[in-house]
Amino acid sequence: MKGHVWRPLLVVIGLVIIILVARMFYVPEDFGAQDRGYTFGYHRLSNEQEWKDYPAKYQDSEYCSGCHDDKTEELNAAQHGMIPCENCHGAAFDHPDDPEKLTIDRSRDLCLRCHSELYMPSSGRNDIPGVNPEEHNAGLECVECHNSHNPSLEEM
Amino acid sequence: MKRRDFLKNAAVFVSGASVSLGALELLDPRQLLAANPELRWGFLVNTHNCVGCGFCVKACKVENDIPLEANVTRTWVERYVITKDGDVVMDTPKGALNGFTSKLIDQNQSGMKQVDDEEIAQAFFVPKLCNHCDTPACVQVCPVGATYQTKDGTVLVDRKWCIGCGYCIMGCPYGVRFFHPVEHVADKCTFCYHRISNGGNTACAQACPFGARQIGNLRDPNDPVAKAVMNQRVGVLRDEYGTKPQVFYIGLNKEVR
Amino acid sequence: MVEQVAQMVVHGEAWTLKDLFVLPNEYVYWSIQIVMYPYMTGLVAGAFVLSSLYHVFGVEKLKEIARYALVFSFALLPVAMMPLLLHLMQPLRGINVLMTPHFTSAISAFGIVFMTYACIVAAEIWFVYREFIVSSVNRLSAKSDRSLYESLLLLIYRLISLGAMDVSRDALEADHKAVKFLAGLGIPVACFLHGYAGFIFGSVKANALWMTPLMPVIFICSAIVSGIALCIISYYIFMEMRKWAARRGKSFLLPDALAHGSAAVDYEHLRSVQDHEVRMTSKYLLIFMTLAITLELLDMIFRGYTAVKSWDALRQVIYEHDFVKIFIMQYAIGNVLPFVMLLIPGVTVRRAALASILVLFGVLMMRWNVVIGGQAFSLTFNGFMHYHLPIIPHDIETFKEGLGGALTVIVTPFVIFYFLNMIFPAFMESKDSH
Repeated sequence: MKGHVWRPLLVVIGLVIIILVARMFYVPEDFGAQDRGYTFGYHRLSNEQEWKDYPAKYQDSEYCSGCHDDKTEELNAAQHGMIPCENCHGAAFDHPDDPEKLTIDRSRDLCLRCHSELYMPSSGRNDIPGVNPEEHNAGLECVECHNSHNPSLEEM
Repeated sequence: MKRRDFLKNAAVFVSGASVSLGALELLDPRQLLAANPELRWGFLVNTHNCVGCGFCVKACKVENDIPLEANVTRTWVERYVITKDGDVVMDTPKGALNGFTSKLIDQNQSGMKQVDDEEIAQAFFVPKLCNHCDTPACVQVCPVGATYQTKDGTVLVDRKWCIGCGYCIMGCPYGVRFFHPVEHVADKCTFCYHRISNGGNTACAQACPFGARQIGNLRDPNDPVAKAVMNQRVGVLRDEYGTKPQVFYIGLNKEVR
Repeated sequence: MVEQVAQMVVHGEAWTLKDLFVLPNEYVYWSIQIVMYPYMTGLVAGAFVLSSLYHVFGVEKLKEIARYALVFSFALLPVAMMPLLLHLMQPLRGINVLMTPHFTSAISAFGIVFMTYACIVAAEIWFVYREFIVSSVNRLSAKSDRSLYESLLLLIYRLISLGAMDVSRDALEADHKAVKFLAGLGIPVACFLHGYAGFIFGSVKANALWMTPLMPVIFICSAIVSGIALCIISYYIFMEMRKWAARRGKSFLLPDALAHGSAAVDYEHLRSVQDHEVRMTSKYLLIFMTLAITLELLDMIFRGYTAVKSWDALRQVIYEHDFVKIFIMQYAIGNVLPFVMLLIPGVTVRRAALASILVLFGVLMMRWNVVIGGQAFSLTFNGFMHYHLPIIPHDIETFKEGLGGALTVIVTPFVIFYFLNMIFPAFMESKDSH
């Protein structure tokens, strides 16, 4: 074989070297097969920490009790006590710093999430008192008659 | 060379080659998992308790910055209505972001369908989320290592490395992945990794007033989720794909897919 | 308070229509560009295999079209990558596939196989044209009054000659051997390149329509079919254009003649070459078509016969929603009709070219029916999704993943070929055979 035959191969080898060198600069150092092996764990390790540092929006009801303990004890015992505060009062974020005031959802649609009557045997939905939203005081807000925390009219 | 010699040589060659291939074989994930016996996140859904309020979906979207109005979601709730004739009608309007407030069942192009109460044999809700599979099909098919499984079993997406090819979306048998409308990369449920890693609860489980959703450590024998998985009759979704899903369901029906 | 204030269109929503029960995140995520991708890769692979038929197996009858097929295959190469880049949500990160390849993914092989294949085709062209390159360097450098254009050409030739100016008998003999070796090596790599495109789909276990081990084989066969068909049709068109140009003296349609100032092209001669090549090639087209159709039918019959869980949904897609696309457009117009046209004795150039157009259309429909058809049903098998190709784009996304993007991909190889033909005259007839 004549020597010139290998010249394209040299070009290819040059290309491969360029790619390998580029890789050294481009790929983050912590990239590799981590705990779960190459098939399921090949990744940039620092990304795990990035996800851990993702800002939380919701606190929890205990966080609310931290300051509003004058109300929470009573409200937790109320009929709607099992509903977490933030479901209606909105995600706390860094309240009371930011936002200073939470926007409460008092809408009819919010109540209907549970209390629109559906026939759902074999589901917990059937155990919840329900109304037909088109017939039950259509156009009125629920909170005009019902207390959000203790909605039963008999016990008001 | 005699024929017998040839066969012998061939056998030696083949076995030698397979031994050297064996050395290259990727580590068995189960072995690796056994090396980390303390923590493996798992999820328990009790479908009996779910009332279809959709608070979980809303909480998830707010918590994880998935625009509320975008028609994609990391978790959703499905309604199943099974008639006495055996027909199955189901829907999940906007992923149940606003819950189920109507008896009309959304059949998309085919319009709304109503099933009379008398015809209903059973009807229930099924919450869905990423199964954080033990052998996730979505991770296997990622061409760049942008989605991966952590040591504690959670499947995450590296938003800085994802090229947005959509192969993982195609590879997931559960349809939990989508393109984030703002980030423009693949997105999925993280089990609220930022919350559970810092001692918290997932946003969806916390928002559920009925305890239909629970996250727990499957390696801890005293954990309520681990206990339920061990002691109760739980099912998983579509295990025929061999993905070993880690979201367990109480009260699963054959109609649920 | 109702949450949905404004609409935010998520990727896939613009062209997906849902029916019955579909999971909230399900859309036709892989649209027209992913139809184009295996289509273009198939054309690359097919064109190369056609050229190899001559170089490796010494099918002398294909000599002239072989050279053309090789250069055209090279022009198609960058275009095979284009649909993928157009489809990526983060096209700038496309390089990650080469930087951190995750080989358990069928897509990650793309970078490696594609580059290997590109190198092989480039090297083969280099060897085939080396003698020509050297003579061009000599011719152009001997010229005293070079135009700017000729100087540029000389520079290019000097660069790609890689300094190998030896055109002795021995050296040329070595070139021929190298061509043969590379063409031989290229066939499995070309098949692999396209087979893995089939594997990308065939290995998706979540998709009932895609998941079959036959997928890579079906893809390879239809790739060769479409590649040969494209070579016939484009060869026909280019020859027609050359004939027309030769008669009228429109030199801009003879870019190679323009570049090298060679003597006028003889009309009658072009005609006889074209007749011969097109007829021969169409025979090979027929053989590969038989193979492709057999496999596709086998796949469909097998699915219907075994009728596993997914069959109810698949049957509705195949026999109801996509009936026209599959049985009329793909099988009847794209397969049976051209098959009969090629079988009827006394095939003329025009008929072969027409049949090739139909074949090209048929293979495009096959890709469409696989890629779009595979996403036409919900993962739950309880609902369906209809894909509507965006024709008039209203933003960059609907352009990329719409008719505009598809046409861009189709036109590009011809533009590349026009310029490539200036450097490597694809219609050059060699004096001696090798």
